[in-house]
Amino acid sequence: MRPLAMTTPTETTIVITRSFDAPKSLVWRAHTDPELVKRWLTGPSGHTMPECEIDLRVGGAYRYVWEWADGRMVATGTFREIESEERLLLTEVFDIFPDNETLVEQVFSEQDGQSTVVMSLHYDSKETRDGVLQSPMDEGLEASYRSLDALVAKVP
Amino acid sequence: MSSLDHVFHALSDPTRRALLARLVEGEATVAELLQPFEISQPSISRHLKVLEDAGLISTRISGNARPRRIEPAAFEAISDWLEQYRMIWSENYARLDDVLETMKTKEPKT
Repeated sequence: MRPLAMTTPTETTIVITRSFDAPKSLVWRAHTDPELVKRWLTGPSGHTMPECEIDLRVGGAYRYVWEWADGRMVATGTFREIESEERLLLTEVFDIFPDNETLVEQVFSEQDGQSTVVMSLHYDSKETRDGVLQSPMDEGLEASYRSLDALVAKVP
Repeated sequence: MSSLDHVFHALSDPTRRALLARLVEGEATVAELLQPFEISQPSISRHLKVLEDAGLISTRISGNARPRRIEPAAFEAISDWLEQYRMIWSENYARLDDVLETMKTKEPKT
């Protein structure tokens, strides 16, 4: 499995970077064609994505539904900015945390036949501050985690 | 404040994070902890109290010495979710690798 890089560059941001052995055009399609998204964006093992709708235009909505043995979760959002095969900027709200809207940016690049996706998740600190225990997406937690990363790295 | 709030508050201060980083390497007395810092002993003691109230460290009584030590369990709850997140995306992207492979064979590069 290729390594995935995850960093928390600011108190309200998580950045995940991953490269793929495929041209950017395919990686883009795999992120924007519902039939393809359903095959990989399924989350933890045992989960499936029975419903996936993507209206790929600025202002268009998407809707992902995950199901597992005893549960179901829905993510919805709209596309704010679209640069074909280059960049997506979209909002994301999970039905379990209806008050927490995340801004997600995905940047696609290609070099020597390898594509890289940089996904940045921007959390609204004001919204999330009150929801520490309901939602882990809290600026305090992310600040904590950065220091924890350094701490845990030292544990043998 | 909830216990998790205590933890966040405790970790929000750079001196306290530095103290924790030192304690990860092994237990230490206040005098030992004081060495690298240019602040007073009462100030260090206050920081240690915040860390202890948050359950991140504990005090061992050993004769006259009272070395502080890290409480690893306190970190688990807060690191859990981000690790889960990392794992979920690792799995998602591993599946995406497979999807891309099938796309490549269906649509040979022109």
